[in-house]
Amino acid sequence: MTTSLATRPAESRLRRIVRDQPLIPLVILFVGLVALLEFAKPGIVSGNWVATTVRSAIPLAILAACQTLAMLTGGIDLSVGAVASMAAFLMATLATGQGPVVAILIAFAAATIAGLVTGIGIGVFKVHPLIMTLGMSLVILGLMSVYQLLMVREGTLIPDQIQWLGSGISFGFVPNNLVVFVPVALLIVVGLRRSGYGRLLFAIGDNPIAARLAGTRIWQVHVALYILSAVLAAVAGILIAGVNNTATVSLVEQSVLPSVAAAVIGGTSILGGRGGYAGTIVGALILTVVTTLLTVLEMPEAVRQVLFGVIIVAVAAAYTRVTGET
Amino acid sequence: MTTSIGSRRPWSDVAGFAASWARRNTWTIGLFGLLIVFLAITKLIQPNYGAPGIQGLAISILPIAFAAVAQAIVVIAGGIDLSVGPMMALASVTSAVLMKGQDDLFGVWVVIGVLLLGLLVGAINGGLVVITKVPDIVVTLAMSFVWAGTALLILNTPGGGAAPWIMAIISGPVGNPWVPKALIVLGVIVAIVWLPLRRSTLGLSFYAIGSHRLAAFRSGIAVGPTKIAAYALTGFFSALGGLALTATGGVGAPVPGSYTLQSVAAIVLGGVSLAGGRGGVLGPIIAVMVLALVRTDLFFIGVDPNWSTAVQGAILIGVVMFGSLVAMRKVRA
Repeated sequence: MTTSLATRPAESRLRRIVRDQPLIPLVILFVGLVALLEFAKPGIVSGNWVATTVRSAIPLAILAACQTLAMLTGGIDLSVGAVASMAAFLMATLATGQGPVVAILIAFAAATIAGLVTGIGIGVFKVHPLIMTLGMSLVILGLMSVYQLLMVREGTLIPDQIQWLGSGISFGFVPNNLVVFVPVALLIVVGLRRSGYGRLLFAIGDNPIAARLAGTRIWQVHVALYILSAVLAAVAGILIAGVNNTATVSLVEQSVLPSVAAAVIGGTSILGGRGGYAGTIVGALILTVVTTLLTVLEMPEAVRQVLFGVIIVAVAAAYTRVTGET
Repeated sequence: MTTSIGSRRPWSDVAGFAASWARRNTWTIGLFGLLIVFLAITKLIQPNYGAPGIQGLAISILPIAFAAVAQAIVVIAGGIDLSVGPMMALASVTSAVLMKGQDDLFGVWVVIGVLLLGLLVGAINGGLVVITKVPDIVVTLAMSFVWAGTALLILNTPGGGAAPWIMAIISGPVGNPWVPKALIVLGVIVAIVWLPLRRSTLGLSFYAIGSHRLAAFRSGIAVGPTKIAAYALTGFFSALGGLALTATGGVGAPVPGSYTLQSVAAIVLGGVSLAGGRGGVLGPIIAVMVLALVRTDLFFIGVDPNWSTAVQGAILIGVVMFGSLVAMRKVRA
């Protein structure tokens, strides 16, 4: 890395852009990937393609919202998979007997309780978020396995409305799950920038001691954060159940690591204090397009996984290099 | 290694040494007590639980015990490796594919090769962490995809085979039926690799960079290479875990299961601080045994096996909460 003086100004401008406006390079990367996809299989990019891409990116983006919020405070939420699966499975098993509305309400109530327990563990008992959410996902998975045996005769049913919401596409290019996603995304993007609570998340992640000395009740912020995260995970889980038209106790488990990846690619630092949700949304879109691209190129699942990992490391390394953050 | 700290200790004062060891390892001793309590409970619930039960337990915990040791080393050095499970899968399939239908001597070379592969894979993880300066958790999370994918490329479904001697080496007892071979294998390997290392400069450097990176750097420790060494060692023990998987199952297992998460759970229960610099490998191994016994006991008292996952999670959370409560009391007092 021999940086001559002559190249300095250009480099620092690049640095500034990436640090202050991470969205610009991300969108360029996204457009580049789409162009690559069109090049690999001409004619694939169409209205319908846009709709299916957005449709499959949305649940991932909502799960990644949980990670973004938790990562801003320097935490991580590995229980999103378990909570989302739980919500989906509860809804699907209760929908036959109780009706869809009650089933969904119960699903959200269960998610809220799970989030409350996680939040108390992290906020009050100061358990490391990685351990707490890991432990919670084991507890939830175990409880749901027991519940599954109790409900084995009930069978599962995904309500029609949820199927419409999760998998439907209107006007040929508008996925119906945007109805849920647009308000959620607006709330998070605006809430992080404009609300006091959003700023508290950044403050805690940036310097917890300073935040505490400034009078923040950190434990309350944590409890609220993990409840919010669990509710968002439940939303994602129900949407995924709507797409797949089925629900199992480990439905969403495989999306946990990609959700972390989406937030990391989107420019949120896992160390806390830096990031935002807009980048995460583009991160989720990028991951979805990469998956499509690798499918189109007829890569086996194994190669896809390898490249997935390489891309995450490369993007994260590029961020740290350019922003100079250690 | 004549300059190790250990040789300077006044060995004549055995009692004093034992007392200070006990003070420094309260958590491990407590865990050991817990293990004995659970063994007693198991015997109470199931009066004919005996030598065969112990042997089964020792064999079943072998892969996860190696995973716990692997995770413990990197966490002590201030990192964390979320790719332990996939690395085990990689080692397992590599060994199974190479060993199938070959003679015993070739099997020995395979074992050596797989262990070297483990060192290499771990060093790649560590190298990426050091060079890219990306947080450990992100790098190893991403690398977990890479290693899992590589394992799937080598073997798509469980298959291959294990050399008979590697299966024989861990099954059955040694002399007394109460002494399972698997436990001896575990103890000997860990003792050969970890004990000398811990007393060496490199081992001390692990603790140093884990407890205070900057202080370690200013004391002249090459932080980067030390970290890479810690990751390489984690890869080595993960490879041992993978070999144990092949040996216990008889085939290579390309899907890593939940070993990464279980290894993190075990080291936290085993008294290794996630902040780095504190703990050892004995605690995590005992923690693995305790967790396995809890599952056995739940099975014996007729609890639905599905509960055991929930109980395991609850124990993990409960113990960590208890630990942090104790720590908070200490700070206040």
